[in-house]
Amino acid sequence: MADVIKKATRESYGEALRDLAEEYKDLVVLDADLAAATKTGIFKKAYPDRFFDCGIAEANMMGVAAGLAAAGKIPFASTFAMFAAGRAYEIVRNSIGYPHLNVKIGATHAGISVGEDGATHQCNEDIALMRTIPGMTIINPCDDVEARAAVKAALDFEGPVYMRFGRLAVPVINDAATYKFELGKGVVMKDGKDVTIVATGLMVNEAVEAAKTLEAEGISARVVNIHTIKPLDKELICKCAKETGVIVTAEEHSVIGGLGSAVADAVTECCPVPVVKIGVNDEFGHSGPAVELLKEFGLSAENIVKTVKEAVKLK
Amino acid sequence: MDAKLKKDLQKIACKVRMGVIEGTYNAKSGHPGGSLSISDTLTYLYFNKMNVDAKDPENADRDRFVLSKGHTAPALYSVLAQKGYFSVDELKSLRHIGALLQGHPCIHIPGVDMSSGSLGQGISAACGMALAGKISGKSYNVYTILGDGEIEEGQVWEAAMFAAHYGLGNLVAVVDNNGLQIDGPITEVCSPEPITDKFAAFGWHVITMDAHDFDSIDAAFEEASKVTDKPVAIIQKSVKGKGVSFMENQVGWHGTAPNKEQYDQAMAELNAQLKELED
Repeated sequence: MADVIKKATRESYGEALRDLAEEYKDLVVLDADLAAATKTGIFKKAYPDRFFDCGIAEANMMGVAAGLAAAGKIPFASTFAMFAAGRAYEIVRNSIGYPHLNVKIGATHAGISVGEDGATHQCNEDIALMRTIPGMTIINPCDDVEARAAVKAALDFEGPVYMRFGRLAVPVINDAATYKFELGKGVVMKDGKDVTIVATGLMVNEAVEAAKTLEAEGISARVVNIHTIKPLDKELICKCAKETGVIVTAEEHSVIGGLGSAVADAVTECCPVPVVKIGVNDEFGHSGPAVELLKEFGLSAENIVKTVKEAVKLK
Repeated sequence: MDAKLKKDLQKIACKVRMGVIEGTYNAKSGHPGGSLSISDTLTYLYFNKMNVDAKDPENADRDRFVLSKGHTAPALYSVLAQKGYFSVDELKSLRHIGALLQGHPCIHIPGVDMSSGSLGQGISAACGMALAGKISGKSYNVYTILGDGEIEEGQVWEAAMFAAHYGLGNLVAVVDNNGLQIDGPITEVCSPEPITDKFAAFGWHVITMDAHDFDSIDAAFEEASKVTDKPVAIIQKSVKGKGVSFMENQVGWHGTAPNKEQYDQAMAELNAQLKELED
């Protein structure tokens, strides 16, 4: 097997914006003094006239994005997830969500894998916050290939979209040559009959790895990648609930209000089966290298394996 | 300003005020005080300044208006009704279930360019519209009205910094300086003064005007039109509740609707003003 190529999805975001700018003339990019980190600097270098730094003022940036969209532009408002979904929540709700404007929010440095910066910058609540805004689409891609496709899909979609990208380089698990992104559709990465592992973002790779271990130990695990958390592919989730009888969710986000909650909401209505959530429990993160933090907080293939073994007993 | 034009604008402004009273009375809620203080400015903008057409409300080249102090929607709706975006009768269903006219401006209402009302946000959207016009080579202008209490919101100053930095000469922000906010006089609540100095320090061209004198309003907007390299702030000295004697300069009329007796008196006063203008 060839060496695993790793890349941070924030890098994919910056490159995709640059690569799509020629085709999409109305695309403009906003940032809040984080262009080097969010990787919109890549776009800025190629299209300086279409890049607008708003300074460290995220509330205004979201409002400016709303105004640009109201006047026909397609703005990508970019900053860390903590500030995009957290600090600017009410502006996103009232100035973007309520008028349903065509603003794309590129939120990087999501989750615990921010690492050394610690709890103040590790946003584990953004999916929960964004899910509550009517009409908001939420995409959390798992790798470079999916992240690029997500940016293109967001451009082709009319309406507000929240895109979640990571700081940490993660394995490229999709094949760019054959990959097709369908907004709102889950992807079955591996079939199985005993349990379904529903994962999003960097946890998709962990779920795929966990399924291999489980297979060797006699548990047939289906792996579903949910890149679009809202609108959720309820049809697929309910099918998995019916066919495998138990679901384990895995996300780099709080267990409160994220993918796990969305899946549980869906399953409760169509086919109530046990849903066991893996995510950041009701606690703040702390400083440390990203890879070590992910292990510590149970965001690993090992913990998925352990959790699945317990979960199947609930059937 | 031409005397006939001035009288015409005064008559329209009087009808706009009647719409404010009609709307808030029927809604049994709403914000008449700050609506009446901006009625003359809105009348001037929609009937003598802005390039807008009620028959073509989505025209990409039109001037834009954002009511950043969105709670004074009754005045905006009333001027839009006078302009023909929808019937004046709609004002009677303001804030009712199933009605077109929401408590705060909503972008889906004909003639409303931006949803607003959560204070401090409208000016940012206005900045975005102005930036879009500038980078697209369009010649439209963007106008917004903020409350003098509203500018206590930090986001206003983020926007003020942004507008100056990007040289948004197609943006005019009016600050409705009626001196009163919900909890009392602005200077007692948490003073935003000196307002003119603050905008000047942020790099804006600052003009002051009398919000109830069309000559002063005209002079201010004419001066604003000549400024093309920086955003313009017009600090308008206004009277909260202007035009209805018992509402003038009364903080209590910020967010209280008139009862039947008060409605009758307000309408009688405004009708008398209109009759005097028509004589």
